[in-house]
Amino acid sequence: MHPEDKTGIVGWGAYVPRYRLKAEEIVRIWGFEKTVPKGLFIIEKAVGGSDEDAVTIGWEAARNALMRAEIDPKEIGAVFFGTESKPYAVKPSATIIAEALGITPVTMASDMEFACRAGSEGLRASIGLVASGMVKYAMTIGADTAQANPGDVLEFTASSGGAAFIVGPREEAAAYFEGSYTYVTDTPDFWRRAHSHYPLHGEGFTGEPAYFNHIINSVKGLFNKLKLTPDDFDYAVFHQPNGKYPLRVGKRLGFPKEKIMPGLVTPWIGNTYNGSALIGLAKVLDQAKPGQRILVAPFGSGAGSDAYSIVVTERVEEKQRLAPMVQEYIDDKVYIDYGLYAKYRGIIRRITG
Amino acid sequence: MVRLSISRHWREKGAYYRLEGIECLDCGKRSYPPAPVCPHCGSRNVRRVKLPRTGRLLSYTITYSIPEGFREYAPVMLGLIELDDGTRLVSQLTDTKPEELRENMRVEAVLRRVQVDGEYGLIHYALKFRPHRPGGRKE
Repeated sequence: MHPEDKTGIVGWGAYVPRYRLKAEEIVRIWGFEKTVPKGLFIIEKAVGGSDEDAVTIGWEAARNALMRAEIDPKEIGAVFFGTESKPYAVKPSATIIAEALGITPVTMASDMEFACRAGSEGLRASIGLVASGMVKYAMTIGADTAQANPGDVLEFTASSGGAAFIVGPREEAAAYFEGSYTYVTDTPDFWRRAHSHYPLHGEGFTGEPAYFNHIINSVKGLFNKLKLTPDDFDYAVFHQPNGKYPLRVGKRLGFPKEKIMPGLVTPWIGNTYNGSALIGLAKVLDQAKPGQRILVAPFGSGAGSDAYSIVVTERVEEKQRLAPMVQEYIDDKVYIDYGLYAKYRGIIRRITG
Repeated sequence: MVRLSISRHWREKGAYYRLEGIECLDCGKRSYPPAPVCPHCGSRNVRRVKLPRTGRLLSYTITYSIPEGFREYAPVMLGLIELDDGTRLVSQLTDTKPEELRENMRVEAVLRRVQVDGEYGLIHYALKFRPHRPGGRKE
């Protein structure tokens, strides 16, 4: 028995903006070699509109999670918002979302920071609060309007989207947590300084020392803790900085491609940073059957990874149709060119006021 | 540049964030935005209610000449919307373009930025309406 298994996901939701930029458009604008998108396994990415930011994206994902949870928002005792696209440097985004959803005023609320893993840290904190009995329900949201230096290879994938989960008592859950495991170190793979618009990445560090080392260690730690192997899982969802890395890390851990593809979203919507693995988990829950077991392993630069083992309950099917599914958001799209993308994402600087 | 009042936006966040309107306890009609007096019968016997988030677009107009501060949202599309309970309101439309707009199309409320006060000021959020996206149940 682990403390986690008193808790589960009572509601989940995702949101992906409507606009898409094809990878070939970035090739055209910045003069990349045409095979670069294929090498990254990226076809197109989601782009938030002019009036969208991490707060509005997080709000819609959280609203969808509430629709599935079918609870009074006032019963939520904690709201965690993980993002690296905070609209304010100082002023919490979590309170805006909590207010707009009718959760305030009697709740904890805070913004988390750990690159792409902040929303997952919120998930671990939510599990702890619910398992201890301090709150009945806790919400964690991971959402970003991901930044990338124009012309950097990161621009192929940096995209907009988010996911939200409401953690509550296991007996109400569509899926319960069997256990979790976290592995963090100080690693200089990716960072953004306080007044910089775009992140930088330490080329030699992004792959092996950061992404692969941390995910492999968190997942193996979880396997040892729960005495499980890849054969015990029906799905495996990893952080998705591109389409290629999750397939490669899955293979090294012993997962066949068939268990990874159902939760793989980056080739079609890009890397939504804090939304990345969590949208993948939402997509798996959209289609999962009772009794199935899911591995999810988010990753954040700097660096760290969490691994969770989640078992689906008989409640999942009644909740699946209560809110839009990830695949429906992926399929509902409008293509834009680089000019509109630059305007929508604030890459064009104007004098105003 | 037109600046939204910080205090007014804070006071009305129930209306801007959660689509709170009023219901008249005398004539029974609902209205938006909230006011101390029922616009239908003049009664002060009103209570706050949360209005439905979905409805249909009755009519619309498109504005190309707009004040500074809204240029990134241009053209600004304004819709006359009838919510599913019959309440009518005027709102900005989003995630669409003029040639996609149709009378009677289904619309739903979503939280969006309505104005950003330069580099250093507040970011104002409020509900706008967009064409209904597929999937999920209707509230």
